[in-house]
Amino acid sequence: MTAYFAILLTAILTGNFVLCKFLGICPFLGVSKKLNTALGMSAAVVFVMALATAVTYPINKFLLVKNDLEYLQTIVFILVIAALVQLVEIVLKKFMPPLYNALGIYLPLITTNCAVLGVVILNVDEGYNFAQSMFNSVGAGLGFMLAMVIFSGVRSRLESCDVPKFLQGLPIVLIAASIVSLSFMGFTGLVEGLLGL
Amino acid sequence: MNPILLAVLSVSVIGILAAVGLTVASKVFAVPVDEKAEEIRACLPGANCGACGFSGCDGYAAALSKGETTETTLCAPGGQDVAEQIGEITGLAVGNMIPVAAVVLCQGHNDNAVIKLEYQGVQSCRMAAQIFGGPKECIYGCIGFGDCVAACDYNAIHLCNGIARVDPHLCRACRKCVKTCPKGLIEMLPLEGTEAAVLCKNHDKGAVTRKECKTGCIGCMKCVKACPEEAITIDRFCAHVDYEKCIGCGACHAECPVSAINLITLTKHAN
Repeated sequence: MTAYFAILLTAILTGNFVLCKFLGICPFLGVSKKLNTALGMSAAVVFVMALATAVTYPINKFLLVKNDLEYLQTIVFILVIAALVQLVEIVLKKFMPPLYNALGIYLPLITTNCAVLGVVILNVDEGYNFAQSMFNSVGAGLGFMLAMVIFSGVRSRLESCDVPKFLQGLPIVLIAASIVSLSFMGFTGLVEGLLGL
Repeated sequence: MNPILLAVLSVSVIGILAAVGLTVASKVFAVPVDEKAEEIRACLPGANCGACGFSGCDGYAAALSKGETTETTLCAPGGQDVAEQIGEITGLAVGNMIPVAAVVLCQGHNDNAVIKLEYQGVQSCRMAAQIFGGPKECIYGCIGFGDCVAACDYNAIHLCNGIARVDPHLCRACRKCVKTCPKGLIEMLPLEGTEAAVLCKNHDKGAVTRKECKTGCIGCMKCVKACPEEAITIDRFCAHVDYEKCIGCGACHAECPVSAINLITLTKHAN
């Protein structure tokens, strides 16, 4: 159990996908302006990451590895994830319109987001089993959510700051993102120390 | 089996499976689309300004098609043309739409208004208004940092010599600026025709107003007496014109000692 908890904590804090692995920077900068859009986007990411892992794991294990086709991982995963997300979108639209309206705009946006593709490929690279993969992907999604929520707070503070003209807009946002990322380095060694690994 | 063939086969099979699955799903789970709403939506300008009072153009189109509203004239940016198109689609009676445009009711530009403090902070009217009511002596006047300029989707508002001015040719009457102005200075005036309007919202006593701005309304009542239609009333030392009664004769403007009341002629935007 400790090992699973360690995977979850690592994915959220020390190995945060956005702030330490620098995956999914596009939505991180694009949708973090307001807290509620940031939360909507993150919820969609958690959902899609878990779903993508659950589907790609058996495909990788029973189709690609068995036939020595590991080099096809990237393209097959993209194909499967994209089709899956589209399917989920159609089903949601029919049966859960409120959830569709809440996630609707973000779902297609993250179809082939690099963080989603990254988490399934990293699961394979780390040699995780199914349960470990699921923990890792949910943790990665929660880490994404944490980064988005923190950064939307930072950006709302930036709104009311007198930023020098040459830094206004994206430059100051990138600088702020780098400082937030730097602060996450403080978590180094936390998981090992906390769980005595 | 040849590994290249196997690779090609497995990717194609996954691709075809996904395509078939999606096609079937989109047929099985198809949500019936409201065609009338789509048709109405196509007529609307698509600015999603919210002037109609619904969540956006989609919301207004849906409400019209479901019969939640029978008002066809709610789309201010679209004007009479859109109202008639909606009427054609829905079969509802088309009301007569009085075209309006926004006007900033303040003349306190840099030459007229007296500055009270040098404001160095966030360049936003809403922020500046919280510090002693703004940098000008007159706490009712236009602050001139352009919150309304930023709010306008049609680029119709500009800052001229320290105050905001609306270009009636570009104004689409979406009322976003009306909601944005922290001083509530922007009002909608009817287009086509001449109206008298008091370009001041100063409620201070006349003597105080005189020290704050050259063109502030001092509440002297001269316009009230001059008006043949009794369209002007004074509320807390500031005149106000009832635009429905006003005939645009100009008697009030001739009497006004500070030129706070003016005749305004707004012309329709060139489509």
